[in-house]
Amino acid sequence: MLMKTKSLKIGGLVLVGTLINACATPGGISSVDGGVYEKVFDNGLKVIVKVDRRAPVVVSQVWYKVGGSHEPDGLTGISHVLEHMMFKGTSELGPNEFSRIIAANGGRENAFTGRDYTAYFQRLEKSRLAVSFELEADRMQNLQLDADEFAKEVKVVQEERRLRTEDRPEALVYERFMATAFKSSPYKNPIIGWPQDLEKLTLDDLERWYRSYYAPNNATVVVVGDVDPDSVYELAQRYFGELPRRQVAPVLSSTMSSQPSSRRISVSAPAKVPYLLMGFHVPSLNSAGPDAWEPYALSVLAYVLDGGKSARLESNLVRRQRVAASISVGYDPVSRLSTLFLVDANPSDGKDVAQIEAAILSEIDRLTRELVTTQELQKAKAQIVASHVYQRDSGFYQAMKLGELETVGLDWRLEGQMVDRLRSISAEQIRSVVRKFFRPANMTIAVLKPVAS
Amino acid sequence: MMIRIGLLLLSLIVSAHALAVPEIETWRTANGARVYFVETHEIPMVSISLAFDAGSARDPVDKLGVAHLTNGLMEEGAGDLSGEQIADRLESVGAELGSENGRDMSVFNLRTLSGPVELDTSVGILAEVLARPRFPDAALQRERNRLLVNLQRVQQSPRAVAERAFYRRVFNGHPYAKPPNGEEQGVRAIRRDDLLDFYHRYFTAENGIIALVGDLSRGRARELADRLFGGLRRGDPAARVPRVPDLTSKLEEMIEFPSQQSHILMGQPGVTRKDPDYFPLYVGNYILGGSGLISQLAVEIREKRGLAYGVSSYFRPMRERGPFIIGLQTRNNQRGLAISLIHDTLAEFVDQGPTQEELQAAIKNITGGFPLNIDSNTKIAGYLMSMAFYGLPLNYLDDYPEKIKAVTVQMIKDAFRRRIDPARLVHVIVGGQVS
Repeated sequence: MLMKTKSLKIGGLVLVGTLINACATPGGISSVDGGVYEKVFDNGLKVIVKVDRRAPVVVSQVWYKVGGSHEPDGLTGISHVLEHMMFKGTSELGPNEFSRIIAANGGRENAFTGRDYTAYFQRLEKSRLAVSFELEADRMQNLQLDADEFAKEVKVVQEERRLRTEDRPEALVYERFMATAFKSSPYKNPIIGWPQDLEKLTLDDLERWYRSYYAPNNATVVVVGDVDPDSVYELAQRYFGELPRRQVAPVLSSTMSSQPSSRRISVSAPAKVPYLLMGFHVPSLNSAGPDAWEPYALSVLAYVLDGGKSARLESNLVRRQRVAASISVGYDPVSRLSTLFLVDANPSDGKDVAQIEAAILSEIDRLTRELVTTQELQKAKAQIVASHVYQRDSGFYQAMKLGELETVGLDWRLEGQMVDRLRSISAEQIRSVVRKFFRPANMTIAVLKPVAS
Repeated sequence: MMIRIGLLLLSLIVSAHALAVPEIETWRTANGARVYFVETHEIPMVSISLAFDAGSARDPVDKLGVAHLTNGLMEEGAGDLSGEQIADRLESVGAELGSENGRDMSVFNLRTLSGPVELDTSVGILAEVLARPRFPDAALQRERNRLLVNLQRVQQSPRAVAERAFYRRVFNGHPYAKPPNGEEQGVRAIRRDDLLDFYHRYFTAENGIIALVGDLSRGRARELADRLFGGLRRGDPAARVPRVPDLTSKLEEMIEFPSQQSHILMGQPGVTRKDPDYFPLYVGNYILGGSGLISQLAVEIREKRGLAYGVSSYFRPMRERGPFIIGLQTRNNQRGLAISLIHDTLAEFVDQGPTQEELQAAIKNITGGFPLNIDSNTKIAGYLMSMAFYGLPLNYLDDYPEKIKAVTVQMIKDAFRRRIDPARLVHVIVGGQVS
């Protein structure tokens, strides 16, 4: 990934579980950009194709514009439960038959729900793409929500919640932290849902959710692999082309996420090692608007702070001052609403979270006063350029980037422009975003207080 | 809409000969290290993996953690370069160096752009790290402290606690019982000389392998391999790890933990990398617990009853017999039921084997999906490293689909009956009290 979306220890995603010469622009395709093709069908479905002929394989992903951030209070977790139920059969297929067919075709499959999307994918030998399209088109409109299957699956999701959150102290801190930093933005709710909401979720709720968001005009299909775009569009027409357009529920408008003063919580949980999570409200590419440079400056800043062992935070806090045993930065500019720039850390033996907090704030203070050095900026940009090359090694990852951009409300063509935009960022612009956003009033801090079990 | 799956399935089994298996070249460096190389020019990058037979199985019993700290500290100062300079120079050319150790191996992974400046810089630095690590005392103190914090974090994860206990029980007294990241008492006792001794003994050319994949010619690959290992002495391969004995009886360990779920691991010693039973066991396990939502275990535990989010089984092949593991997590008050279901499912599978239909479906998936295993430089480098380290035949990838297709129901039954005894399983349960 190009922009820095690393990777606090807690992730944002919840998982379930014929060639033609490509020189000419294939007929009927509305747009081509850097080897990526786009076509919008009459029913509103957008299909993006990227040719990658390194291996005889293909990845196919279906992205729906619905996720945790579309959920009203009281229905949290419904997008993710529906994602699980999408494997439980249609008017054509029994429970898990989808998975059996994909497996028999040599495929790997799964799905994931994020704050802004729900996505389903298959990885297949290239001749099997039609299998994916046929099955995905079927469950886009024919899902059968069965009461017995639902009763079992909601238990599975509750187990998943115990596994991912309840029994992981740092994940618990993250959940409470988000609920503290965001008051009105739907990003305050966990993707997997609050336990009390999962308890009272009904089959009718799911049915309504499915009817509200699962439609060709609310979906994007992304295909990356050793394929010919024309043939992919023929297949897409055959399987998805006749699905009816549907009225899609209006999306909650975005909410401003500034705060009047800093917020601070502590979470007590059975644990051994203290933990600090700090965040500042910042814009995303989508919330900032098409010409904004601030998200790019924040992305380069993430590299300056945490691009590797020689970056500022690890170099100063882990190696020189030895106040932190580990520290990392997270900023994902590809999100629908404005978001947070995060720093998390564990103190080293004999140090505490207050010392880490002071050390981080002192790094921020320095960034507001002094420009980052030319050398640091060059290094960050060298890493950005290199990681853009490395990401081409994964077809799945390339598809992720395109699908994510499109689904959060941006344009997939941005992917081809990212490196240049990031490289244009100056030291002054970095100082400017630090001064603007990294203010005490804009900050939320959560700490884990280990209690003996 | 009609689903015409039947038709799609007819043309299904992908011919192995049609698959583009990468052409692997192999040779030895002047000082004896085995090199495996695949040339791919589509992306201007090079992936290099180096492995030494210097995993935690080699840790001195009173200093568990030496292998881990040796591996981690090599890049913390080498030749004239400080740890910070090493990191800075690599990162300035966009290179990524990762190091990790398991029970068998101590591994370095380098990913770099293939331009001459980037490639020469990053390979030059890695060669220094391999040949002239200094193990500075200050870095040792810092990394030991970080490791101790990490070991504390292990103690707050029921999964990690269960895994350490599981290996301790399955490999009781065998070197594979030692955890890859050491134990607190041993880590505290480690001195710089311990790392130097370990380094001198195991980081030699004959005890290591090099895998290179990417945008470079064979001549350039030869030159880089010689540079990478040129500063190492020839040495000898490490002595063989002892054979893993069978368990003599059922063993159960319950560890109290303040969690809502119980983490359950069940298993036995399994297979070696070159085990003659590897393919029947691999295909059999796909059916038993290795095929996601549709495996027998997932159907019994998750699909029929909603007892767990994750349930699976696998063989982890190692130099000597690695473990066969069945794992799941479930709410504390359901764990008795889950364990008895696992037990029944396993016992029935060992007794009766899979059906012919299940076998056919498994073979279709594993052979049909084979191209997915080798569809990136990173994955190919991983295979090369395993092939080189474990001495698998050069045609391993070419023959893989045929070996899978040759597996029969009888072979699976026979292999499971000989290798897996449901009456002698280790059970490790980490969880809270049942209310």
